[in-house]
Amino acid sequence: MLIDWFTVGAQALNFIILVWLMKHFLYKPILNAIDAREQRIAKEIADADAKKAEASKEQEEFRKKNETFDKERTDRWAKAGEEAKTEGARLLTEARKVADALSAKRRESLASDARNLNDAILRKTQQEVFAIARKALGDLASTGLEQSLAGVFIRKLGEMDAPSKEIFGAALKSSDSPAVVRSAFDLPQDARDAVQKALNETFSTEVRLSFVTAPDSIGGIELAANGQKVSWSIANYLGSLESAVSELADPKAKATPATTAAPATIGASDGSHA
Amino acid sequence: MRLSADELVFWRHGFIKVNATIAYTWGLMILMALGAKLITRNLSKDLKRSRWQNLLEILVTAIGKQIGEIGLRDPGKYLGFLGTLFLFIAMANICTILPGYEPPTGSLSTTAALALCVFVAVPYYGITDRGLGGYLKSYLEPTPIMLPLNIISELSRTLAMAVRLFGNMMSGAMIIAILLTITPFLFPIVMTALGLLTGMVQAYIFSILAAVYIAAATRPVTEQKPERKPK
Repeated sequence: MLIDWFTVGAQALNFIILVWLMKHFLYKPILNAIDAREQRIAKEIADADAKKAEASKEQEEFRKKNETFDKERTDRWAKAGEEAKTEGARLLTEARKVADALSAKRRESLASDARNLNDAILRKTQQEVFAIARKALGDLASTGLEQSLAGVFIRKLGEMDAPSKEIFGAALKSSDSPAVVRSAFDLPQDARDAVQKALNETFSTEVRLSFVTAPDSIGGIELAANGQKVSWSIANYLGSLESAVSELADPKAKATPATTAAPATIGASDGSHA
Repeated sequence: MRLSADELVFWRHGFIKVNATIAYTWGLMILMALGAKLITRNLSKDLKRSRWQNLLEILVTAIGKQIGEIGLRDPGKYLGFLGTLFLFIAMANICTILPGYEPPTGSLSTTAALALCVFVAVPYYGITDRGLGGYLKSYLEPTPIMLPLNIISELSRTLAMAVRLFGNMMSGAMIIAILLTITPFLFPIVMTALGLLTGMVQAYIFSILAAVYIAAATRPVTEQKPERKPK
């Protein structure tokens, strides 16, 4: 008999035991390990997906930030350009103003320098001319310059026109105080006497005189009485010279107060000085 | 000359006896259980794992895949029975290369026991899956006239399974034994190699047939739910 029924039963039992053993020791651990690994891989994939999503989100955020930044930069750039332009214009205007002021100041300074120079030249010229004239007159005659000036003054008195003579004569008579003769230097007694005499003759009266030395009236003689004045001075000639020098120094600056004076005037006028 | 390992009895006590078939079966059981225990003792759940773990994982997943391809849903449910069937027969047949070993599958008692296990497993899984009525109804298909033929088929296929495996393994062992007496050196080696191939093929055929019978007893493909993944 090929079949032994005890063996059949024993083998069936053995097989069932083997199935249990295999399930317990082989299939279950292996399948668990595979499942765990699959879960782990799935988790890693999910993590990777999440990270990818996060990365793309961050990328998008970064891109937006970049765009905002670019826009802001462009705006600021434009604003800064505008501000720089405005500031530049303002600075330019200010600089122009300052330059204009400096230029005006410089012109003024130049004009002042020119005036000072003119004054200096004038003074020097007056002194030199006076010295030359004194020397020339001294050399030419035995009389000094003072006497010549007194002579000229007397001659000019004689050449006075009638209305002026009349006005001045009235002034001399109405005055209580003596008439003042101002000269740049002390007149010698003979010159004083000549002046006294000429005045007495001219106004047909005894004119009381008081002689005063005024060094600033260059080379001239001035007679003042009761608000009326008769004068002759080299200053008038020097005024002409000054204006001529000024024109040489600055052809544009023609208007100076000295040029208005007539050369060697004589006559009666209101005011204290010509 | 023994036709079956059953005839070699090591120990007997009345009705109970321990013959070569049972003894070698126990040996195989110990070998398989210990091997599985040793390999699965330090299973790695990481991506890096040992060669033996890789081998067992390939084996288990391949069996599961094969069960799925036959048409059984949830292969894990049948893996214990069908996988062990294949592994036991395969191990029993592979070990024929060891000298002095006699395969338990060369005994009609073993193959009959296995066939009986399949014979019991088919209605067990059928009733579990479809219910008693549904399973019994499958005997009346396609027409009630087929009921006797279906019953005969059920019995005959169990017998066929037992005899097929027994015949193949017994004949293989027998041929080697005969050839050893005639041409001692070369031919037995060739025939042993051939026997290994035949043994593997028989293990595959036995377990595949069991799977097919269980698949036929469980829910037919047409009734299966659409969410089943196509293979």
